[in-house]
Amino acid sequence: MFVEELVVRYGDLVAVDHVSFSAAAGEVTAVLGPNGAGKTTTLEVCEGYRRATSGTATVLGLIPHRRQAELSRRMGVMLQEGGFSPAARVGDVTRLFCELHDKRVDAAELLQTVGLGERLRSSYRRLSGGEKQRLSLALALAARPDVAFLDEPTSGVDITGRQLIRSIVRDLAHNGCAVVLATHELDEAEKVADRVVIFDRGRVVADGTLDELRSGHDEIRFRSSATLDVHAVSAAIQLAVRSVGDGEFVVDGGAVHVATLTAWLAEHGEPIADLSAGRQRLEDVFLRLTGGQS
Amino acid sequence: MSALKAQVRYEVSSTMRNGEQLLLTLIIPVMLLVFFSLVDVLPTNTKDPIDFLAPGILGLAVMSTAMVSLGIGTGFERTYNVLKRLGATPLGRARLIAAKIVAVVAVELVQFAVLIPVAYTLGWRPTSPNWLAASGAVIVATLAFAGIGLSLAGRLRGEINLAAQNGLYLVLLLLGGMVIPFAKLPGPISAIAKSLPSGALADVLREALANDGVRPATSWLILAGWAIAAPVAAVRLFRWE
Repeated sequence: MFVEELVVRYGDLVAVDHVSFSAAAGEVTAVLGPNGAGKTTTLEVCEGYRRATSGTATVLGLIPHRRQAELSRRMGVMLQEGGFSPAARVGDVTRLFCELHDKRVDAAELLQTVGLGERLRSSYRRLSGGEKQRLSLALALAARPDVAFLDEPTSGVDITGRQLIRSIVRDLAHNGCAVVLATHELDEAEKVADRVVIFDRGRVVADGTLDELRSGHDEIRFRSSATLDVHAVSAAIQLAVRSVGDGEFVVDGGAVHVATLTAWLAEHGEPIADLSAGRQRLEDVFLRLTGGQS
Repeated sequence: MSALKAQVRYEVSSTMRNGEQLLLTLIIPVMLLVFFSLVDVLPTNTKDPIDFLAPGILGLAVMSTAMVSLGIGTGFERTYNVLKRLGATPLGRARLIAAKIVAVVAVELVQFAVLIPVAYTLGWRPTSPNWLAASGAVIVATLAFAGIGLSLAGRLRGEINLAAQNGLYLVLLLLGGMVIPFAKLPGPISAIAKSLPSGALADVLREALANDGVRPATSWLILAGWAIAAPVAAVRLFRWE
């Protein structure tokens, strides 16, 4: 899937501003960004729902809005929210989507896969937030997709549900599907994505593997007393130090600075715990690139 | 074809399981038919009120399914993004609309299978009924009412659409010659009523089933006009999201 110089305008508002990135088969590409960054609009162009003002999106070799009928046979879509009548029964709607895609997917088995095997006769309105997301994922899987667009798949899902969704997403990619996952839950992206594309104000501000995005940005994390004087530490070790709350601190520097840091803390009688050194978390990369929005 | 069949099956079963839709499409028409046949309070100008009411209520049944039920259901599907989700499946928009029309006809058949025996039980004995003409009128009226229902559903938000469809249903019920004869309406209102699809359908059905139409040829033309204009309006006005 290729997006090249994509622009989408709503009147005077530029929602997507010359965006380019690609997503490969067999990989999970996470599209990250603050609310309103242009993620969903970009996905909607790729799904064929929306036309680009300029630029192109090519999915499975097809221009989505021109060949949506052909694309829809090979595409799974999980909307950000909704897509169901409140009275719709889980079993009925899943059976319907299996029949619409006609890929010999058994609805009961599919619901079992997403952990809704016992909810066949429940109406959509009676499902929890996490169950609704899993049902939405099941409908995307009914297509046995070659490309899957999953918009906020873990939003409102509990820990067990997240693990299940993560494993399904990984399986999809292992089976050769190009999975494009839009989210603003950075830890989810970190756990499941092969590639990350970060959006900010309609533009792509970073695109690469997690390692690529984090390289050159090492950090040391540790816990100490909440009253630790970060300016004093910073001056002593000649590196930027900041508090991230709850007595946790981050030093912009690599493992080579650990000895200096721990020596200073010991000398000043400050406690130290949970020390780790390595590459920046995705959250820090994201905050650095988007100027602290979330 | 299998996608269309699957969608039709889903549409029909959803309608028949929905309590509000059942109330609108079956219970209200049956109640009106039974009540006003047994309690002779309407100025029907017929020896037995059932002779006037039966064709009118069959018309009302068509209106309630093709316009109100379809319109309200589709309006909420639009609000809930159901149409958007279906748009990303191999069903496509054309087959989704086709499925909805087939489902409406299927529900109408169920309505007639209930209403006609009830009318017979209440003493309706149509003289030399022309069922072919009546069926033709039902098909043409279905197109007209579906066009009106989808025009509203495709533009208005869920709750506003709900209110608009129900309000229109009441207006057309009272002005449409279905339970109150045109002759009993004040002059200008009667003229408007005769030009409405509900009035035209009731008139055509009365002519087909009881040789009692007021001006059947004109009513056929009016009905056909609505059957062309309303779907065209729906195509122009409908917004999928």
